[in-house]
Amino acid sequence: MSSTQLPPDIPTRGPAKPGPYVISGVLLAIAVIFPLLVPTYARSTPQLGGLPFFYWYQMLWVPIDAALIGVCYALMSREDRRRRQILRCPDPGRTDDGGAEDGVTDDGVTEGGEAR
Amino acid sequence: MKPVDGVALTVVVVLFVLVGLLGFYAARWRGGGKDGLHTLDEWGLGGRKFGSWITWFLLGGDLYTAYTFVAVPAAMWATGAVSGFFAVPYTVVLYPIVFLLMSRLWSVSHRHGFVTTADFVGGRYGSRTLTLAIAVTGIVATMPYIALQLVGIKSVLTVLGVGSGENWLLNDLPLIIAFVVLAAYTYTSGLRAPAMIAVVKDVLIYLAVLVAIIYLPGKFGGWDHIFGAAQTKLGAVSAATGKPVGSVIPGAASFSAYWTLALGSALALFMYPHSVTGVLASKSRNTIRKNAALLPLYSLMLGFLALLGYVAIAAGTKPKELNGTINPQLVVPQLFLDNFPSWFAGIALGAIAIGALVPAAIMSIAAANLFTRNIYRDVFRPNASPRQEAKVSKLVSLAVKFGALIFVIAMDQSAAINMQLLGGIWILQTFPAIVAGLYTRWFHRWALFAGWAAGIIYGTVAAYSVVNPVTKAHFGGSIAAIPGTNVPVYIAIVAFAVNVIVAVLLTLILRVLKAPEGSDLTRSSDYGADEDDPKVRKVARELPTEPIA
Repeated sequence: MSSTQLPPDIPTRGPAKPGPYVISGVLLAIAVIFPLLVPTYARSTPQLGGLPFFYWYQMLWVPIDAALIGVCYALMSREDRRRRQILRCPDPGRTDDGGAEDGVTDDGVTEGGEAR
Repeated sequence: MKPVDGVALTVVVVLFVLVGLLGFYAARWRGGGKDGLHTLDEWGLGGRKFGSWITWFLLGGDLYTAYTFVAVPAAMWATGAVSGFFAVPYTVVLYPIVFLLMSRLWSVSHRHGFVTTADFVGGRYGSRTLTLAIAVTGIVATMPYIALQLVGIKSVLTVLGVGSGENWLLNDLPLIIAFVVLAAYTYTSGLRAPAMIAVVKDVLIYLAVLVAIIYLPGKFGGWDHIFGAAQTKLGAVSAATGKPVGSVIPGAASFSAYWTLALGSALALFMYPHSVTGVLASKSRNTIRKNAALLPLYSLMLGFLALLGYVAIAAGTKPKELNGTINPQLVVPQLFLDNFPSWFAGIALGAIAIGALVPAAIMSIAAANLFTRNIYRDVFRPNASPRQEAKVSKLVSLAVKFGALIFVIAMDQSAAINMQLLGGIWILQTFPAIVAGLYTRWFHRWALFAGWAAGIIYGTVAAYSVVNPVTKAHFGGSIAAIPGTNVPVYIAIVAFAVNVIVAVLLTLILRVLKAPEGSDLTRSSDYGADEDDPKVRKVARELPTEPIA
């Protein structure tokens, strides 16, 4: 299993634009942090239909999280599609390395830049 | 002795038989074929082609287990929010984490044909020791979890009045029959069986919880009155500790316990082999992402189910064992039986019992896959064919289930619960190796192993040191103070911090010492691959055979 037997890294996606990744990162951070801020909701008022605030507020975060993740899903799948599209029919005006100016991907590596 | 409720019992048995037939039929479902399933991809991952709908049901049935349905309302009934309702923030913050991590794990596993997380760690770090550590942790953490599914079935049977014979064999016979059926269809149909059954189970559970949450609160004087009753019961001072037995709204002293329990459990859940099996069985990279946005519906249902624990307080439900002792875990089944017509109670109880079969099947498959790939193949038979792998995995899935059965029958129920508590702490210690590996190769493999060991040792010692104030038994809970402070937190989180600190420091040291890094079979492009992208094996065949410098 020595590394010399590995095939060259054939990119699966073109270079990424940072925008969708940054927005998704912020949305996901909100979705994780807010439901864990116990002091912000550990009280009984205001009630909703007899349910103390503590209970209905935490359950309210279920649909909020679903919506936030839904937005991330839309952003990410569009960006994913775009990155694959570039690879299939590269813009004639651009070389493979041309994407380096926005070469930040979700893993910090320019996958497209490694194409030969 | 309790009388047996004939109608409810009949409904449960009919549902059970139906589901059993479905389990055997599933072998032919989705291209399974008539001659059986002879690779791990087919048997252990259902052909790796479940779409969004099936994945939704499968993961829903897999993650929200019968034990969850029984234990969460039981905890609410007995001690209130801190030990019960944290399940809601837990299953809320879970999904952003799943969204982030699991598509990458899917991609790299799809490209390399990985079946388990230990496969991935092996490919990424080239360290057999680390691979084995991940595999053994997964198997050990899963075993008591399967046993607890049996506890879920048992609670239903007890409430129905079944199993009150003097003879232990007669006592446990219904449980044994249920498990033999489960073992048989898992053996023949693999992951297809729980996938199909999950659809039935989830529909029934949603129906039962929806009806209960609409009908019961009105019957017992509305939420105002229900919360008043809960406040009265939980505010009562316990004779053993001199403190209230629980709380409806947690006080400032338990804030850190509450959120660390939620976060630690959320980080740990997708390190469990059964969750990963559900992810890797999906068809494409985006299936799991889409599901991260859709699965929270189950969390809403879990929240309502948790509140049924308080409803049971207002309803005066008496969760009594057949010998008369109080067992909080019987509270939800008993609530349904007391307050609904027998046939509907039968549907609800049947849903809980079937709800145990889905995760138990997936867990045994996942543990069997770990054994086959990362112990049998990696250690003993490096050249095992896919057919041999499938054969071993099927047999091991049987062994795992009978192990769990013996666990529950021969040992005290609290042994399974203690082991499950430890399992949660242990499985979180595989997080650094697996998750860091999805993003970076920065960590050194030996450092990750040392971190894992440090986390396991700390977590085990800390959990052992928690003494139950009433029974004076060890493993009295999962909360302990951070060493050197008096801030009570979930033990797994502190163990995780120890793990990461050791891994970082040792990586820096090993880097200076230039310790060998080990080979990495994965490439950065693997982590973004989708279903249409070629797999590594196929790519390799098309390339020249001489080594590439």
